Amino acid sequence: MAYVALADRDHPIHDPQTFITKYIWSQDHKVIAIQYSVTAIAMGLVALALSILMRLQLGFPHYFALILPSNYYQFITMHGMIMVIYLLTALFLGGFGNYLIPLMCGARDMVFPYLNMVSYWVYLLAVLVLVAGFFVPGGPTGSGWTLYPPQSILPGTPGVSWGIILMLVSLAIFVVAFTMGGLNYVTTVLQARCRGMTLMRMPLSVWGIFMATILGLLAFPALLVSAVMLTLDSVIGTSFFIPASVSMGQPPTHNGGSPLLFQHLFWFFGHPEVYIVALPAFGIVSDLLSTHARRHIFGYRMMVWAILAIGCLSFVVWAHHMYLSGMNPYFGFFFATTTLIIAVPTAIKVYNWVLTLWHGDIHLNVPMLFAMGFIFTFIHGGLTGLFLGNVTVDVPLSATYFVVAHFHMVMGVSPIMVVFGAIYHWYPKITGRMLNETLGKIHFWATFLGTYSIYLPMHYLGILGVPRRYYANGITDFIPQSVQTVNASITIAALFVAAVQMVFLFNLVWSLKKGKPAGSNPWRATTLEWQTPDTPPKHGNWGANLPVVYRWAYDYSVPGAAEDFVPQNVPPSATAPAGEHDQGKHS
Amino acid sequence: MNLSVAFAGLVAGVIVWALLVRSLTTKPWEAQDPASSNMGRTHGLAPARIGLLILLAVITSLFGLFISAYYMRMGHGHGEQGHGNWSSFPQPQILWLNTALLILGSVAMQWAQGAVRKDKRAQTAYGLIAGGLLTCLFLGGQLIAWRQVNAAGYASGFFGTSNPAIAFFYLLTAVHGLHLLGGLCVWAKTLVRLSEGVAIGALRLSVELCTVYWHYLLLVWLVLFALLLST
Repeated sequence: MAYVALADRDHPIHDPQTFITKYIWSQDHKVIAIQYSVTAIAMGLVALALSILMRLQLGFPHYFALILPSNYYQFITMHGMIMVIYLLTALFLGGFGNYLIPLMCGARDMVFPYLNMVSYWVYLLAVLVLVAGFFVPGGPTGSGWTLYPPQSILPGTPGVSWGIILMLVSLAIFVVAFTMGGLNYVTTVLQARCRGMTLMRMPLSVWGIFMATILGLLAFPALLVSAVMLTLDSVIGTSFFIPASVSMGQPPTHNGGSPLLFQHLFWFFGHPEVYIVALPAFGIVSDLLSTHARRHIFGYRMMVWAILAIGCLSFVVWAHHMYLSGMNPYFGFFFATTTLIIAVPTAIKVYNWVLTLWHGDIHLNVPMLFAMGFIFTFIHGGLTGLFLGNVTVDVPLSATYFVVAHFHMVMGVSPIMVVFGAIYHWYPKITGRMLNETLGKIHFWATFLGTYSIYLPMHYLGILGVPRRYYANGITDFIPQSVQTVNASITIAALFVAAVQMVFLFNLVWSLKKGKPAGSNPWRATTLEWQTPDTPPKHGNWGANLPVVYRWAYDYSVPGAAEDFVPQNVPPSATAPAGEHDQGKHS
Repeated sequence: MNLSVAFAGLVAGVIVWALLVRSLTTKPWEAQDPASSNMGRTHGLAPARIGLLILLAVITSLFGLFISAYYMRMGHGHGEQGHGNWSSFPQPQILWLNTALLILGSVAMQWAQGAVRKDKRAQTAYGLIAGGLLTCLFLGGQLIAWRQVNAAGYASGFFGTSNPAIAFFYLLTAVHGLHLLGGLCVWAKTLVRLSEGVAIGALRLSVELCTVYWHYLLLVWLVLFALLLST
């Protein structure tokens, strides 16, 4: 029996007719992707504003009396949680995952469109519950984004009455939303690929999103478990995590709990979370580099294996976040070793990105600039990770600004570079118009240099021993006055970077109507999403017939071909004479 | 956290196996026979079945982590407070009856699955109804077990939860019960479609997936029950 792809086996199960079903209660993966992205970016702006408030306090501690110490901790907590979970995870998987998986795999939609729709609305509910924390008595929780007990639920911490509960409930809701979306992404990749799209012909963007989703599905339950148990400790007085402690002069209300248990659970989620954000970025940046350097990705198979290896290893490194929490020295040795081992597949990817550029026909357009910016920031953040992965180096540096600099470079700036690159790259497909190139270049250089101005000095502050988490340093013997000058300059850089993001937002909105028409494939890319009959793709993506894939996603600069690229759905007979196009093209 | 490490290793192994090592070693840049109609062919399982299997993996992760937390909390603290105020308590005898009810529920679902595969409408309905009702009885029995533990007054605090062993008893049974309630929602939907006269062939997948889910939650309960009895 002839093979019939899944998308063509049945009639479409949803066919939007009204404005509401098309754009609000939509089951179309592209609309859901945009809903996810807009919500996530809006949350990102909230978190950006919070970071500016923090920087104002740190840079100019005597000028902003409105920012109280409790506010500062609330800003830190909400900034961290929003950026990691509600922006990056939601944007990479809910946004890019939703948009790219069906289009890149040659499917008409996700396999469970209704569940996909519910996933977004549940995510929105999680966002609303989180934001509600700003408006309840006591404000949001100020316990730090890791929510460590006992301090997160004991009196003295901001938001201990309502804020912490809303945070935990919001996280639990988010896990439910993610699970619904994640089921879709994995099943669609496994079951709804078009004919000819083998696993090893999938673009690396899909591989990265696919593996990140598997990590999320297995790791987010740890967050759910810790959130549920911490909520019970807070609300009904169980003692899962809270030891007996006299708090604010009051007798103990709990007894015998283990704060360390929470840390294990949290980081069993928390470390894979780093790769839930990083793996989609790895995949997307591979495709950006290859397309804009007009060269096949170097070591495709190795890149796929590295994604899988990183995914598996990410489950056995969590306790390197807990070197200071106290553990058996042999455990520290074990986790330091696994942490250093995970650097191997990561380094392979970095080498392959650089080698992809080698002898490439590099086009320095905006997506490429951001992709190359990512290589810089990621190497930078990755190398400082090697420092911190070693117990003996981590112990003196752990509570300092060195860690803040490290994780912002590796998990903040690097993924955001990819997010920007990806938006500049796929905006023409999503809207049919190009983003303004000049504004894009201003945006890139200001962001790239600006973020370096923020985080590079923080490494020096850290080595100097300046403690992180402090509302104000005050006058101490070991912190010289020059630290305050550095802090002020960092704040000015942060204000500059934040302001430049308004240029990007303006570009997004302005180009929607005024941007140059993009055509169907402005980057002359090979992957399937650029081969749709309509731009932007219509409901069902592919018109009457699904595409058929004949080759991998990286046939650039093919000798003998009419153009310097061959899309995945072009049969061999339509390119060079048979047998010729594959000879020596990758030499 | 040894359990978690073992669990992560198991998961990693399953992923590598599931992704079929062979297919990951092909060289996609080399010319392949374009005439092959099987290129990129996905396997024959229905998407809903794959989706359920992935959901079961997520649920495994969830309960695996709860059980890890259970052991870690139980072993916490070796000072004057012994095991961090953990105090074992006798499990209510009704749990044995509940276990039997859930096993029977699973058997009934299996019977319904056999019937739906033979296109026997009435037997399918009987099997489904019996399976659902036995599960409802199980849930009712669990509530009685909760009341018995509460009435016994083993410890102070809200429902005696100052003792973490008791808190975990409520927590684990509640989480398991919630998963069963989720299953009952799908079960009810299937039953409604059956009563509305939907063709039996169209219900086959739903009944099969319900059965898999029931068997799986029975397995989870047996593991949890063994855990509660042994500690």
